[in-house]
Amino acid sequence: MGKLLEVERLQIAFRTDQGDVISVDEVSFDIKAGETVAIVGESGCGKSVTSLSLIGLLGKRGYVRQGESRFNGFSLTKASSAELRKLRGNEISMIFQDSMTSLNPVIPIGEQLEEPIRLHLHLSRQQAKAVALDMLRKVGIPRPEVISKEYPQTLSGGMRQRVMIAIALVCKPKLLIADEPTTALDVTIQAQIVQLMKQLQASDGTSILLVTHDLGVVAEMADKVVVMYAGQVVETADVFTLFRAPQHPYTQGLMRSIPHLNRDSSKRMDAIAGTVPSLQHMPTGCRYHPRCPHAVGRCREQRPALQNVGNEHLVRCWLPSESVPPTVKDSLAGHISGGAV
Amino acid sequence: MTLQAEIISRQTKNELLRVEHLKTYYPLQKGLFSRPTGHIKAVDDVSLTLYKGETLGLVGESGCGKSTMGRSIIRLEQPNSGRILFEGEDITHMTVKKLNVVRTQLQMIFQDPFASLNPRIRICDALAEPLVVHKRVRRSEAAREVEALLQMVGLPRSTGERYPHELSGGQRQRIGIARAIALRPKLIICDEPLSALDVSIQAQMMNLLQDLQEELQFTYLFITHGMGAVKQMSTRIAVMYLGKIVELAPTQQLFRQPKHPYTQLLLRAVPSPDPTLRSANEYIHAGDMPSSGEPPQGCRFHTRCPYAQANCGVVEPALTEGEHAVSCHYPLA
Repeated sequence: MGKLLEVERLQIAFRTDQGDVISVDEVSFDIKAGETVAIVGESGCGKSVTSLSLIGLLGKRGYVRQGESRFNGFSLTKASSAELRKLRGNEISMIFQDSMTSLNPVIPIGEQLEEPIRLHLHLSRQQAKAVALDMLRKVGIPRPEVISKEYPQTLSGGMRQRVMIAIALVCKPKLLIADEPTTALDVTIQAQIVQLMKQLQASDGTSILLVTHDLGVVAEMADKVVVMYAGQVVETADVFTLFRAPQHPYTQGLMRSIPHLNRDSSKRMDAIAGTVPSLQHMPTGCRYHPRCPHAVGRCREQRPALQNVGNEHLVRCWLPSESVPPTVKDSLAGHISGGAV
Repeated sequence: MTLQAEIISRQTKNELLRVEHLKTYYPLQKGLFSRPTGHIKAVDDVSLTLYKGETLGLVGESGCGKSTMGRSIIRLEQPNSGRILFEGEDITHMTVKKLNVVRTQLQMIFQDPFASLNPRIRICDALAEPLVVHKRVRRSEAAREVEALLQMVGLPRSTGERYPHELSGGQRQRIGIARAIALRPKLIICDEPLSALDVSIQAQMMNLLQDLQEELQFTYLFITHGMGAVKQMSTRIAVMYLGKIVELAPTQQLFRQPKHPYTQLLLRAVPSPDPTLRSANEYIHAGDMPSSGEPPQGCRFHTRCPYAQANCGVVEPALTEGEHAVSCHYPLA
């Protein structure tokens, strides 16, 4: 399969009164057709900024300072805003975390869904309506004829997120960027939305760039995972390798700090000490060294590069080591309903 | 457990807080003149007991009434009926003046540590305020006590000189905790204390809360929607759905053998952080949560329950007695 999206050594900066602040640095990854790639990290790590940069939504102050992202060989970084506008909602579409602020409160949801259809597929009002109703049915909205006349605020959070997914997928995009698509939802609704996204992807072959902080959702959906910390990619691997044998101490720490259901809850949590550094005060050397339990002199002085440790498993660390996090070990012993708690 | 054994254990276990048939309703208003059209039954006839030194987890999805429950206990919401007994004393209708004394024993940690701190007040002054107001220390001695508090929640002394906006979310939540423990209360209601924080910080906060509990013998009511967090923190867990407790059991038992279909649904819906278990999680088809303005007749969960029978939509099940309580006509074996 060919590469649908290639991101190469991306550096994103924001202009401020005190000069440029570099928020994302040296980010590279690619997505093949039909693949789901997850970007994981904590708030402020640059995962959303990376995804927004792809479709030119960085706002007035943000810009790509170095590097390039290409979609089907077409440079997204150099594209004009008119070119990007043609792509957005058509070949590349996006779902955001907060469906309440992303939907227009004064337009019925049916009309909001018809807009991209008429704009990109050039269908008549009548035809667009039929396509819209069909799409609402597909994402599991009951009584679409009635619900399509409703305004966003009358729907539940789960229903609104279904509408968002319908709008995003109605033009059959090649790439869907889903930025924390389930974070605002309850767990039982989250499970439904994850299932829906997987179904629609299987039927249409859409590639997904999933941006999230939830490792559970990543394990559920992703083929490949990109872990970001303080604006950089620190580890990339296929999902099975990453969860079985994470090599970057940050990835390991992140996995240990999830209160997993099969974890022995009589033990204290393994927390990562300290806090994420701010953009203005990035540590020298490895950006993770102040919080890293294994840091040595070299980590404080020299910046590590992403290195291949085999099988397209990339790690940005001077001392990559294989150690299986106890949470995953436990979960291999038995599933939730299986016992072994 | 037999009724008699239950009575004995209740006496020996040292009851701290008892809530009896608590109801907190919010009026629903419509139209130009705000005509009342009904009620949101946020908490609808809930009874529970907290014992000294334990952590009772209160878990459920948004809108189930768990936060209203916590706020009603501390009387930030006035319950419509029922009784709240703190150390045997009825505080349900206590006057504000008396209540302020009781609240030194009864504190709360909120979800959003930014919204709960005054942006114009330095951290040290915010922490000293309850100490001075309740005359625990003289103003001149407050500084030393504030320093001790900061140290207890793992913050450097210099934090006191700062304003809330200068701190990260995790640091602000530590301040929220420091404020709650300043008066050494007996009961702390933690209302989603982790939800606004990053994963790695959540783990730090759980450890901090547990360390403080061990050191200072707090009792916690831990309100959350996170199944993993509630398991890590709690001695017992109450599961709420549409204003009612549907299951209440010791933590290990609840996770090993959930009896209510809703509890089972909740546990199954949590995605496992292990990609090899992916296929095991496919199935969930239970629709949306109904509005608590018009909860379904009979068992409130029957509209989403895969095991519902005809009478589930007619007769409301009661919460059973005993250590592992459940309100279901057909509890899971």
